[in-house]
Amino acid sequence: MDASASLPATAGHHDPHAHAGEHEHHELGWWRKYIFSTDHKVIGIQYGLCGLVFLFFGFSLMMIMRWQLAYPGQALPVIGKWLPYFFGPNTMPDGKMTPEFYNSLGAMHGTIMIFLGVVPVAFAAFGNFVVPLQIGAPDMTFPKVNAASFWAFGVGGVIMLTSFFVPGGAAKGGWTSYVPLSDIADKGPGFHPFLNGQTLWLLGFIFLITSSLLGAVNFITTIIQLRAKGLTWMRLPFFVWSQFVTAFLLLLAFPPLEAAIVMQLMDRTAATSFFLPAGMIVNGAPLHISGGGSPILWQHLFWFLGHPEVYVLILPAFGIVAEILANNSRKPLWGYKSLVFSVLVIGFLSFVVWAHHMWLTGMGSTVSAFFQTTTLLISIPSVIILSAFFISLWGGSIRFTVPMLWATAFLPMFGIGGLTGIPLAFNSADLYLHDTYYIIAHFHYIVAPGTIFGLFAGIYYWYPKATGRVMNEFWGKVHFWPSLICMNVIFLPMFLQGMLGMHRRWYDGGQGWTLSGEHIWGLTGFQWNTPISWAAWIMGLAQIPFIINFFWSIKHGKKVNDNPWEATTLEWTAPSPPPHGNFVTIPIAYRGPYEYSLPGREKDFTMQNEPVEPAERSRRAVEPVLVH
Amino acid sequence: MNNPPDISQDPAEHEEYAHNVQKHVRGYLTVGALLLAFTGITVALSYVDFGTRKANIGVAMLVATLKAGMVAAIFMHLAAEKRLIYRVLIFTGFFVLALFWLTYLAWYNPVVR
Amino acid sequence: MEIPYTISTRPDTGLWNAKIGIWLFLASEVMLFGGLFSAYVFLRLDAQPGEWPHGLLNVPVGTMNTAILIMSSVTVVLAWAALKMRRYRAYWWYMLATIMCGVIFLFVKLYYEWPQKFEHYGIFIKPGALEKYEQYLGNNRRTEKGMEPRIEISGHLHNPEALKDPNIKEYEIGLDPVFVDPNNPSNDRPHFLYAPPTDHIAKIEKEDVDRIDSFGPWHSAYFASYFTITGLHGAHVLAGVLVFIYMWLPVSKRLYQRNPEHLANRVEVCGLFWHFVDLVWIFVFPLFYLL
Repeated sequence: MDASASLPATAGHHDPHAHAGEHEHHELGWWRKYIFSTDHKVIGIQYGLCGLVFLFFGFSLMMIMRWQLAYPGQALPVIGKWLPYFFGPNTMPDGKMTPEFYNSLGAMHGTIMIFLGVVPVAFAAFGNFVVPLQIGAPDMTFPKVNAASFWAFGVGGVIMLTSFFVPGGAAKGGWTSYVPLSDIADKGPGFHPFLNGQTLWLLGFIFLITSSLLGAVNFITTIIQLRAKGLTWMRLPFFVWSQFVTAFLLLLAFPPLEAAIVMQLMDRTAATSFFLPAGMIVNGAPLHISGGGSPILWQHLFWFLGHPEVYVLILPAFGIVAEILANNSRKPLWGYKSLVFSVLVIGFLSFVVWAHHMWLTGMGSTVSAFFQTTTLLISIPSVIILSAFFISLWGGSIRFTVPMLWATAFLPMFGIGGLTGIPLAFNSADLYLHDTYYIIAHFHYIVAPGTIFGLFAGIYYWYPKATGRVMNEFWGKVHFWPSLICMNVIFLPMFLQGMLGMHRRWYDGGQGWTLSGEHIWGLTGFQWNTPISWAAWIMGLAQIPFIINFFWSIKHGKKVNDNPWEATTLEWTAPSPPPHGNFVTIPIAYRGPYEYSLPGREKDFTMQNEPVEPAERSRRAVEPVLVH
Repeated sequence: MNNPPDISQDPAEHEEYAHNVQKHVRGYLTVGALLLAFTGITVALSYVDFGTRKANIGVAMLVATLKAGMVAAIFMHLAAEKRLIYRVLIFTGFFVLALFWLTYLAWYNPVVR
Repeated sequence: MEIPYTISTRPDTGLWNAKIGIWLFLASEVMLFGGLFSAYVFLRLDAQPGEWPHGLLNVPVGTMNTAILIMSSVTVVLAWAALKMRRYRAYWWYMLATIMCGVIFLFVKLYYEWPQKFEHYGIFIKPGALEKYEQYLGNNRRTEKGMEPRIEISGHLHNPEALKDPNIKEYEIGLDPVFVDPNNPSNDRPHFLYAPPTDHIAKIEKEDVDRIDSFGPWHSAYFASYFTITGLHGAHVLAGVLVFIYMWLPVSKRLYQRNPEHLANRVEVCGLFWHFVDLVWIFVFPLFYLL
């Protein structure tokens, strides 16, 4: 059996006879094995590859936007001539970007990066591939539902991409799709009643939400029911805990947004007025609607998901970083119980903080005091988690493998992102900072040099488990250093631009704002757009070694054994790549997940499935400080 | 009322077990009849003037909650369900109430009306 | 490769996989309908006086539909009990009854309730012209009594061509009974029995009309919510009916013969979904039909 170029061989051809339990020995056809597979590893890789493609596409959208911000009104050289062939003739006439196209790029950059990029990779890809292996399970509890979840994601993604090519182009109302603008946008002459950007955005979203809900059910049930013998809750790797909480966030927070999306679809196609107040005048003429709707209602229902969504974006990265920090400092994670408790509290509180995205909607002091309080409270467990990570490094025997580079860089980057969020918890400070570049800098620090660095760390880390080979270390470093430097050149000045009052989503790069003529560090607010844009383009180039390394190493990477990082968790007891059914013998967990550097042992790591010897037991009685 | 226990394929166990389920069946029919009765009560009460419209809404919601409780407890076996399911549902209930209450609070407490 | 605990229970949780799965899914459905209900609350609170209509839905028909759904909940749990007792024949009949109830519910909704709304029109009178139509609205008495004013005259539109033709200057509407005798105290609250539009025709001049709309989703926030929630609920009923049909066809008999407990578990899981659908309706019915 030969592995196709883009999918590493996973199912069926390693150890076909050494399976635990009964197994029907029928060979699946190519389509059932690689495309419509129900195996969690194949599905995880499918999510991962699609997600990475979407991440790169969404990133490219931003790179195009950055031209307009640095050189507003100027024709984009070379690419500007053939982009209209791709996106439509009205998008960039003479290579110069129209405001509508800028808005489409902005809205779709956000939507694609979050829902087609980060969530599928962080939650679905890593979760699907790693979680069953880490808990010693043969697969997810509902393999067919798992496949359905992936294909729903696929359909949603295709619909979103198609929206670029319909008359009028893709959605333009921001990834937040605020009403009443999004209710009335993309309508009228030149637009199709159903096949327009905004309506397709809504439709695609329904499929993406369905995909996430199905995935969440699968993850939660699997973690509850299929943990191996001896793998108690407090012996779970922190990665599994973070995926568990993430799944609950998706399960319970997405549906109200789905309800709101159905309502917006009704507003757009069935002439309802869920979000349209009476007396609206559009293009000089009153709208023929019943009125009686409420624009704020959309914001409530959107942000009810929107806030837990940002925790969906960060928690898997926390999990990945935790695994890699412990592994590469050769000591247990510090404060495992605090970490678990914190991630549960974050999950809980994230449902009651959402209105801090709505400080400017005219909330009274009672309701805003409530949300300010909960928002400040939720920063506490986040700080606990970050602190525990930092402390975990103390006294460790640190080795800077490529995954460790990304994981250690994550820590201060997330720190900056998180801490810059604190002023935003106060509605007084946010009155000024809302919708400025400060906000963009804040959340990008968390997601970009935060989560995405975590995702890169995870890819380099678990690549050998999926393929049996490591990615090239030198090129991994070539990928890392420019990415780290560029991320900071891009986003650090944006804080200052925001404090100058420069508005987000403005097509002119902030020129229309007087304060953007003020100087910071030698450049005006507007002039900073230029180095930021160049850093973005260089960062785009820095991803090329990664892409080449990723595909080249599948066939030509250095072959390694089943546990090249000498890690302790259960996935490293399986063959690389694991066969269908995952384990040659079903593992039993005897100890915690981070038993590194146990005293009196030859190796500096002890795997979770290694039995506890009587001699060790009495020694452990003397030194109870070890892993919980 | 206990959830019918987990049983094997053993036919001998079925006899005793089938007898157990019979008792449950009567319970289901009773609850069904009660639900129909309460539906009629809901409709009748809606034509009674309880003072304000809010009061009428309150009464109707109370009856609806009672009916929903019966469906959940008896038909959906929640009364005898495992702790794990309760925990999931309690958190869900909390979050949906938070959604209701906080959006209402935001509506009730604007800067100016 | 077998996935453990698909039928037998895991000792520490006491549950089999699909049971957890369906409850998690139902939790998400609680949030979905919760989102819709919170929209209902928000929109109703925000409605101007007279904008949130009452008594426009057919209560006896709605009550009957409620009863049908309740009966289907009973039959589905009896179907499951029959399976647990290994009585396939009884299961088959109960399942058929459940399917029929679901189909009748959808039929009533799609072929009677909804279409009727699209033929019923409401004319919103401009605030300045309300005086002119006092004989139909009875607002003097209502203001005296502290009741919400009526701003809409509804009934059957006798000249629908007036909607498109700018040359026709007035609407001829066969009035609903309440507008024939607006000052009668018995018309202050909606009646239980549905009374169709009368033959008493009123002529409403177009220049006095704010807007005219049939009772579709475009009519008001009330009808927008009504059609959306009952539509989404109906979609869930349809999904349930389709799954039950699959569980009732001969393919289920084969599963029953191979592993009856597996079929019983599947029916239980689908039954839980069905009960939830019934549960949502228990709240939808009073909120839209009665209050």
